[in-house]
Amino acid sequence: MTLVLEQLLNGVQFGVMLFLLAAGLTLIFGIMGVINLAHGSLYMVGAYAGAIVAAKTGSLLLAIPAALAAAAAAGVAMELLVLRRLYQRDHLDQVLATFALILIFNQGVTLLFGRQPLFVSIPPLLNGSVELLPGLSYSVYRLTIIAVGLLVAAGLSILINRTRVGMLVRAGATHRDMVRALGVDIKLLYTAVFGLGALLAGLAGLMAGPILAVQVGMGEQILIMTFVVVVIGGVGSVRGALFGALIVGIVDTCLRAFLPGLLRQVMAGSEADALGAGLSSMGIYLLMAVVLLLRPKGLFPSHA
Amino acid sequence: MRNEAMVQPVPVPVAYGPLLATLVLALALVVLPFAAQALGQPSLVPLATRALIYAIAAASLNLALGYGGMVSFGHAAFFGIGGYVVGILYQSFTADELLFGLIPGTNQLLLTLAAAMLAAGFLALVIGALSLRTSGVQFIMITLAFAQMLFFLFVSLKAYGGDDGLIIRRRNILFGLDTRDDTVFYFVCLAAAAIMFWGIARIVGSRFGMVLAGIRQSERRMAAMGIAPYRYKLAAFVISGMGAGLAGALMANYLRFVSPDMLHWTKSGELMIMVILGGVGTLLGPLLGAAALVVLETVLTAWTEHWQLVLGPILLVVVLFTQGGLRALLRRLGGGR
Repeated sequence: MTLVLEQLLNGVQFGVMLFLLAAGLTLIFGIMGVINLAHGSLYMVGAYAGAIVAAKTGSLLLAIPAALAAAAAAGVAMELLVLRRLYQRDHLDQVLATFALILIFNQGVTLLFGRQPLFVSIPPLLNGSVELLPGLSYSVYRLTIIAVGLLVAAGLSILINRTRVGMLVRAGATHRDMVRALGVDIKLLYTAVFGLGALLAGLAGLMAGPILAVQVGMGEQILIMTFVVVVIGGVGSVRGALFGALIVGIVDTCLRAFLPGLLRQVMAGSEADALGAGLSSMGIYLLMAVVLLLRPKGLFPSHA
Repeated sequence: MRNEAMVQPVPVPVAYGPLLATLVLALALVVLPFAAQALGQPSLVPLATRALIYAIAAASLNLALGYGGMVSFGHAAFFGIGGYVVGILYQSFTADELLFGLIPGTNQLLLTLAAAMLAAGFLALVIGALSLRTSGVQFIMITLAFAQMLFFLFVSLKAYGGDDGLIIRRRNILFGLDTRDDTVFYFVCLAAAAIMFWGIARIVGSRFGMVLAGIRQSERRMAAMGIAPYRYKLAAFVISGMGAGLAGALMANYLRFVSPDMLHWTKSGELMIMVILGGVGTLLGPLLGAAALVVLETVLTAWTEHWQLVLGPILLVVVLFTQGGLRALLRRLGGGR
């Protein structure tokens, strides 16, 4: 039982990370109609900036703003220099351009910091674990990630539903041309949304540092899962991104944790492990295909 | 998509230009291995073989993507399954056992290519039948999802090498030809490419191709005319998948190796980039795009370890400043607009 709870928490923690990426991606997708394959690169930029500043200064307090600023700056630069020219083009041009950006980011990082993965230690303040229930102790760091993610979700919800900027964002997602016609500076709004999305991606990268290896290519691994989240949740819907991320995080983590064990009861150990790993990786894609077939607009479509 | 319906109809002069260009291109491709020998650059032949194989895959993708307006982000599935058919048939051929207790293995190129196309076509039928119920971004993502499922399936199948893939000790045989020889294999691929491009040209020019173009421009208009778009799109998707399967089978023979790498989503991306780089919805665009990408990759890798840092900006410039890829760029340089 405690094992199941622990894996559920792991799933939530992974889901929260996915949400931070998916929230930005879904807004960019929904508002600007851009498929940004390079969103994962912003995550990588955040992770590297955080890891390097933390290693050089030994201070978490400096690493946080460094990671956020680096990712946001990279995002704004990306928008101003490249994506701004692509809003009117079809999806194919956007795919090619952002693929090119991935190549540039990956090689640029390799050139600057080498191919060796960086390892980041958990800040001493958050090291250790707490006993949540009798017999269930859980890492403080992972709990912090969950807390930060849920705080961001709450903050985003207030920003989008209660503020003037949020109103523009919502309007932009559903009636883009009308917002433009009403004289809103849509360019500024686009850049701001892009910067915000990049910032969240950088935050996810920063927090991923101590749990995963910080390396080139980390962005693409998580990017595809983020797309799954966005599509399951419904393109353009932040609420959908949250629930989609939690569903994907929990399903993926639990399949990985329990499927090999279940298979081992019916077949040989090593084969069960291999097949279990493969099938559990397939799980979320199967989920996405089923969702798309039953609800083509996703579970929480933004056009209510 | 571009709004071609708005263009005023003008009397079309008989176009000798494209025909001449195609003939010159065909001649150049036939002469290429001999020229490479004469120039003392035998490594050009395998390079050109790889470009041709990718050109077949990209041209097939272009049939769905460019002519049919179906942006598939999962063509690696068909490419990879083509490769695996060759690998698996070869494995059961050498082990001399029946596959699934039914099918004998083989190393006959004609048989393996046909089997690869059949398998890829069947897969495309299943994936297409489900995916075509969606459109737009959802279609892009669902094709990606199916390809990823297949990728992870083959990673987990230990019987077919899992992560490590299958080694094919010898290329498939074709009549008495020595397919181990690079030049011979080049001509095999050239023949396959020629048939493929000819076939696609015929399809695009046929009534079926017209309907497909009509569907790309406006599905509702075609539906109003009494044509069921779904069936036409599915047929085009299946043909496209079969072509990609053929390319995958040739690639497995070329590399004498197949691995889940051929099924990975980056392979789908690469094929898509070849199409976009060359020119979406043009006959020879995919050939140009595939050749450009393969050659660039080879040249840049030899030049610097960080070749992607050069390739990235080149791709960016192409997409930002040449609307319509290399094909359009060439046409503009040629004076016509």
